[in-house]
Amino acid sequence: MKARVHVMLKNGVLDPQGEAVRHALGSLGFDGVESVRQGKVIELELAETDAAKAEESVKAMCEKLLANTVIESYAVELD
Amino acid sequence: MKAAVIQFPGSNCDRDMAVALEGVAGNGQVSTVWHKETSLPEGLDVVAIPGGFSFGDYLRCGAIAARSPIAKAVIEFANKGGFVLGVCNGFQVLTETGLLPGALMRNAGLKFICKDVGLKVETTDSAFTSSYQKRQEISVPVAHHDGNYVADDELLAKLRGEDRIAFTYTDNPNGSVADIAGVLSENRRVLGMMPHPERCTEKAHGGTDGAAMFRSILDAMATA
Repeated sequence: MKARVHVMLKNGVLDPQGEAVRHALGSLGFDGVESVRQGKVIELELAETDAAKAEESVKAMCEKLLANTVIESYAVELD
Repeated sequence: MKAAVIQFPGSNCDRDMAVALEGVAGNGQVSTVWHKETSLPEGLDVVAIPGGFSFGDYLRCGAIAARSPIAKAVIEFANKGGFVLGVCNGFQVLTETGLLPGALMRNAGLKFICKDVGLKVETTDSAFTSSYQKRQEISVPVAHHDGNYVADDELLAKLRGEDRIAFTYTDNPNGSVADIAGVLSENRRVLGMMPHPERCTEKAHGGTDGAAMFRSILDAMATA
């Protein structure tokens, strides 16, 4: 089973990299980009076949390592 | 005084830290401990986590190091009241372990900064800062890409209320909230800071403002 984890900075945490990307888009002529937030996607290949168990275990991985929950939020997608 | 310096793949200030500690502790009193070890040497007073790029800064700075076998032993040591100093990447590792609050993000200007910066000593009430004067201004080098300290309003109020901000920048180089350059743990025995005191302990370094930190540590151990 495949899991995809999206890690994003929490709302309210300033994202200097996203800001720089927004400025660069503006200078390329892409007007009207009001905000850019940059995050990361982590893909996992799991031996587990039970979706509920897989989700539980990936959430534990996020809490323990994949996200720093002081500044980041995460979302888990399974397929 | 017995000290240990932790080494991760990618640590690069481990020797400088060991030399600075040995300068006050004496020859043979400082050991280096590889990250795969599961325990620290017996009878340690201080553990230092040095600067560098542990595990290539993969995932997040300090994230992998904070989950390494030796990190468990360091957390246990700190929880028993041991003294821990984390500098630069060491500070990032300490926030990732949860021994220190907050987090370190990419510098606000997005550039790696390598220069001497002015610091203000905000508290002398710790084993690391007792030999400084309160509000003393010192010059210490920084060299980092991710030194932008983040704390929410609640944490910031707590750090201020408990006098746990150890150093602030006189001219904020990286966007850190409230100009914070270093913070103490609740029991005041764990210090994390982005600037490198071990890089300014001898005249040949171009400055000696870091020396008082190592003298402070020795004094604290002598009276402990």
